[in-house]
Amino acid sequence: MNAEILLEFAINVLSMGSLYALLSLGLVFVFGICKLVNYAYGEFITVSAYVLYYLGAFTNLPWPLVFLIGILAGVAIGFFSELVAFRPFRERSLDAMLVTSFAVSIILQRLFQLGISPRSKAVPVPAFFNMNIQILGVVTPMRNLLIIGTTIVLLVVLVLIMKYTALGVAMRGASENFVTARLMGVPANLMISAAFIISGFLAGVVAIFWSARTGSVEPMMGGAPLLIAFIAVVIGGMHSLPGSVVGGYVYAFISNVLSLTLPSSLLSFRDAFMFAIVIAFLVLKPEGLLRGNYQEERVG
Amino acid sequence: MNLSKKLLIQQEDTIQPAAKEIGRYFDFSRKSSTVVILIAILMFIGYFIWWLNIPFIEDIFTASTITLIMALGFQLFMGNSGILNWSYVGYVGIGAFASAIFSMTPAVKAMQVPTMYPFLINLHLPFPLALLAGAVVAALVAAIIAWPLMRLSDAVGAITQFALLIVINVLLSQWSQVTNGPRTFTLGGKRLTTLWVAVGVAVLVITAVFYFKESSLGLKLRASRDDRYAALSSGINFVAVRYCAYVVSAFIGGLAGGLYSHYILSITAASFYMSELFLILSMVVIGGSMSVSGAFFGTLLVTCLRQGFRQLELFLTISGFEASGSTEIVVGVIMIIFLVWRANGITGGKEISWSSIKRRLHDRFKNELIKNKKGEEKA
Repeated sequence: MNAEILLEFAINVLSMGSLYALLSLGLVFVFGICKLVNYAYGEFITVSAYVLYYLGAFTNLPWPLVFLIGILAGVAIGFFSELVAFRPFRERSLDAMLVTSFAVSIILQRLFQLGISPRSKAVPVPAFFNMNIQILGVVTPMRNLLIIGTTIVLLVVLVLIMKYTALGVAMRGASENFVTARLMGVPANLMISAAFIISGFLAGVVAIFWSARTGSVEPMMGGAPLLIAFIAVVIGGMHSLPGSVVGGYVYAFISNVLSLTLPSSLLSFRDAFMFAIVIAFLVLKPEGLLRGNYQEERVG
Repeated sequence: MNLSKKLLIQQEDTIQPAAKEIGRYFDFSRKSSTVVILIAILMFIGYFIWWLNIPFIEDIFTASTITLIMALGFQLFMGNSGILNWSYVGYVGIGAFASAIFSMTPAVKAMQVPTMYPFLINLHLPFPLALLAGAVVAALVAAIIAWPLMRLSDAVGAITQFALLIVINVLLSQWSQVTNGPRTFTLGGKRLTTLWVAVGVAVLVITAVFYFKESSLGLKLRASRDDRYAALSSGINFVAVRYCAYVVSAFIGGLAGGLYSHYILSITAASFYMSELFLILSMVVIGGSMSVSGAFFGTLLVTCLRQGFRQLELFLTISGFEASGSTEIVVGVIMIIFLVWRANGITGGKEISWSSIKRRLHDRFKNELIKNKKGEEKA
């Protein structure tokens, strides 16, 4: 009995953690290259989810194609938002970029409200996603195992790209020191576009599993994943890609433990606890659990 | 660097006799004329609207005066320290709830918020004191938590402030023994924030924010904004300076929150979150975050824009279109356009003053002056 509870807990943590790891990885790719905390990242996910909704509800396309187009929508919004909104600010202050990404996020939210609907829409999900399967006496929906598998595959592919391709090496160089990388002949526009494209790609993958879990999409849905990504990134370390993955799993662990142990009267304050942990991390250990190569200048 | 030098000069200046110091404030050729001009504009519009005596327009003006106070408090920290203060609306919310709790009578409180702690129910203060108490509560909260946060700059600082906003928002929206939880908090009674109360507080706040900027504290803060290390090497403990500004900014935010809750009369935690922050941010950015005049004219411009679009939205909704939210799209796009082409806003980061107006007029009529002079010479 006890072992079963433990296994169920482990599957929950691993599946949630995998989702959060992909989420925070998408945020860190952009942060690493541009030093931009992208508030509009949540809206990338919303765009993908809306595309999934439209394709799933109104067409008879096969599921793999639907998922592929959904992910491509994430890639497209990542690429074009960088081109239109962020490129003019590259030489400007950090605050200008932050304010812009905040404005882009609000503008996209209002566009969804105006153009689609302020109310939430049910996203159709393939039947095998919600099929319950049994592992060692624990019943869990198929999508929990799918996300774990997807994350492992994606992480391996990303590691291979970052380690062994010219693009990956250039991106790692650019995230360590952008100026020096440019002096070595790394094209800046390409690097930043690539970062936003990978970020949008991950947002698209997350959108599939996020909307499968919640079953719906609404204009404001980007808020929750964005906040989770923030927490995970800060815990893991803002300057390291492996750190953000670790952060995702740690976040899932802490949040599951809090859900189990907090008395029900305090459960509604769970977000406050999580963000208090974030503040504590930033004040006491701003480099996170895994230290990256480059450290933010910090005074005090 | 320049500001650090200026600070040294100002410190030497303070050795001069006090009479001369006071005299400086009444010298309209100097920068202090900014306060007089801003207050005059505000009073003039206020008096005109009071004279018009149309309740609908009076309401809009009162609400936007309260927003002006919020924008000024926001500018006080952001403009001088260069740090984006996301948590600011959280303090506005704290001030709103605290002053409401202080000003409501025990009987009303027991009826409206039955879950409230008994000791809070028995608190009661007259309105002006309740406003002040609300602001003090907001400033105290800031004073208790802010010190370690002021060491952080850049992206880390921004995320910390953002996290703080979420913590405050969760507390405000879930603490049913204080704020009635996610339900609406209704004040009851009549509207205490009238047009002249709002304008009066705004006048005080304009003066305070401007002289804060001109004080040695403000100068030190701006020196640390321009170059942290240069400021540090000229002996500025900028953590302490930032801390003071942050607490003062939270105080003004709390004051504005108190005015807001006694104007709108029913509040929820959701009123003090992202969309409110976006509004204040857009005003300060469009006006020019570096100057008090920027916050002032930004508020004026964005308010006019918003009210215009609100009417358009209402009209569209009546005629069958769903158009709510289009205002924020327009404001957001304008903000991005400003950030790209005129990052210092409409004021260009400068204060309006007699000398700047004179210079502007002189530049405009210079050609005619030259022509006239040439004409005279020929004659």
